[in-house]
Amino acid sequence: MALPTYATPLQRTWYYGFRVICGLIFFFLMFPIAVIVPLSFNAQNYFTFTPEMLALDPEGYSLHHYVDFFTNPDWQHAMWNSLSIAPMATLVSVSLGTLAAVGLSQSHVPFKRVIMAVLISPMIVPLIISAAGMYFFFSTIGLQGTYWGVVLAHAILGIPFVIITVTATLVGFDNSLTRAAASMGAGPVRTFFKVQLPLILPGVISGALFAFITSFDEVVVVIFVGSAGQQTLPWQMFTGLREQISPTILAVATLMVGLSILLLATLEILRRRNERLRGMSPG
Amino acid sequence: MMSTQATDHDERSMDARGGEPLKRSLARALRRQKIRALLLIAPLLAFIVLGFLMPIGSMLFRSVENPQITDILPRTVVALADWDADSNELPSEAVYTALVSDLRIAIEERTAMTMARRMNYEMAGFTTMVRRASRPLRRLDDDATGPFRELMIEAHDDWGDVATWRALKAYSSPYTVGYYLSAVDYTMVSGEIEPLPDNRSIHLMLFWRTAWMSGLICFLTLLLGYPVAFLLANVKERYANLLLIMVLLPFWTSLLVRTSAWKVLLQEQGVINQLLVWIGLVADDNRLAMINNKFGVIVAMTHILLPFMILPLYSVMKTVPPSYVRAAKSLGANDWTAFWRVYFPQSVPGIGAGAILVFIMAVGYYITPELVGGPSGMFISNRIAHQWNVSGNWGLVGALGTILLVAVLVLYWVYDKIVGIDNVKLG
Repeated sequence: MALPTYATPLQRTWYYGFRVICGLIFFFLMFPIAVIVPLSFNAQNYFTFTPEMLALDPEGYSLHHYVDFFTNPDWQHAMWNSLSIAPMATLVSVSLGTLAAVGLSQSHVPFKRVIMAVLISPMIVPLIISAAGMYFFFSTIGLQGTYWGVVLAHAILGIPFVIITVTATLVGFDNSLTRAAASMGAGPVRTFFKVQLPLILPGVISGALFAFITSFDEVVVVIFVGSAGQQTLPWQMFTGLREQISPTILAVATLMVGLSILLLATLEILRRRNERLRGMSPG
Repeated sequence: MMSTQATDHDERSMDARGGEPLKRSLARALRRQKIRALLLIAPLLAFIVLGFLMPIGSMLFRSVENPQITDILPRTVVALADWDADSNELPSEAVYTALVSDLRIAIEERTAMTMARRMNYEMAGFTTMVRRASRPLRRLDDDATGPFRELMIEAHDDWGDVATWRALKAYSSPYTVGYYLSAVDYTMVSGEIEPLPDNRSIHLMLFWRTAWMSGLICFLTLLLGYPVAFLLANVKERYANLLLIMVLLPFWTSLLVRTSAWKVLLQEQGVINQLLVWIGLVADDNRLAMINNKFGVIVAMTHILLPFMILPLYSVMKTVPPSYVRAAKSLGANDWTAFWRVYFPQSVPGIGAGAILVFIMAVGYYITPELVGGPSGMFISNRIAHQWNVSGNWGLVGALGTILLVAVLVLYWVYDKIVGIDNVKLG
């Protein structure tokens, strides 16, 4: 979309004008995230930039809110809860989801569309409905307010992402490889772990990252299905935002932005590796 | 391998091993393959059906269940069957006798208030009526005989009101459409279906607000997302990958983080107001109210859902060959005609996919309206949560939930027709 040398002044104006508009939209996308990071280092308990901060005076900045996060028992409890629930939920959704995705990618699957619709549905149903439904069911079977109840509920919410990412990688999978493995005497389990899994691993990992962030981010279902003992980081943030909003939330938010950057970088590396392996880009 | 086998068994080349006709052997192999595929899917399918679909189904079923009145006041319901609700007369003494004996058992078994709360959803004040009546009833001797009508009316005037009995009769069946009626601001307390008074009508307004605000948010994300996706699809891949990070980072950032960022930015003492005061656009004592209203919800949700519009648009626009636009221009089209008549129609599938996705997500939103919406920015999900938390009216939760779910499923079906669920792309 380079500007040709014979462009009229009007075309020239539009060419640059369009870029300015796009720049503003990118600004809109990044602005809120970019603002909370410096604000989280505010030495005062304000949500605005103090004159000291604007003057770049070191006095205006401090790690005060981070110290509070790492010493406050409520926040620590919430952090450990999140860190123990999310990996377990990820494990459940990835193992069951990968297995099902392998099944779904076979050439002859009866009722494929219906099954797919059912497996994707947790992503579509409004969270408040899922949460209320799971609350009643989990109370009946005695899982409401327990660690495993929250883990299973979060695993269900993560499954659509695992299914979508893993089936997408399996589309390019050459089934003659599994046949070759079988013809050389490998059993189905060995074939899966030695041949199929290493090849679809990027899809499985990105599915796992999605499942992890789904659980790590989730508020509505955990409020319904969990009890005070399962208070997670987002839950704590949600109550904090609703009641007395403390600047510690900004420190937590900044840490979570850091986590997102980490996840995004991992995904990007996976994508590059995948493209390189498939010979799509020379990089 | 096949060819060597064929020469080895040349005389029966159409037969598989063991002399079985090839056709049957293939059919068996196919069946085995299908069973194996289903066995791999089965654990997850069972998990989702048991842990997700059935719970939601049973929750929604609560919207028609209405066992409280028939279970707790069985004799009264039978006695009321003969009473003509249209006659402006109170039910006979027999009905009151039945009510008193039902209520005395209910008070003993502590179920009276369950029934009272159920009726209270439809007719405010019912819990007071039952509570007032329970005092004299507890003092009553076991072999006491009437007249009970005077006793009940003395406990609370409304026991002598025909409207009470009409309501009791209307809601006394074990299954009811009553919850659906109240989900759309109707009632049948008088025995007839009629609209609720304006001061109690809130649900239709909330459904409508959820729909138009989601539509507006959808339109805004399209307005902002289309140029960005166009730019991403038409610059060198190196730049596109860099710019894409600015879309993906918000996409991967926690919903709660982005909502709290907007809460901080839009506050009266927040960064945007601070900036506007500093520039001099707004007086210090007259800061803009940008939060706890519709404006806050629209801004925050447009920001949060924008990546969900850009990503499907981008993946469609990437596939539009640039040579088409060049061909249009070489045939004499100006820039606008080439875009509008050639490029734009090819990007329509992306618009459809993005718009439905954003709309589906927006109508179910709860967190953002709850935190930045205030009373005037509330969505239907917030009302459902309120009914669940505060009123404990689970039948109404089921009814409102069913209506919302049906709307979402229709959109999901349309999405499946246009895009195909197996074509959903992430990141």
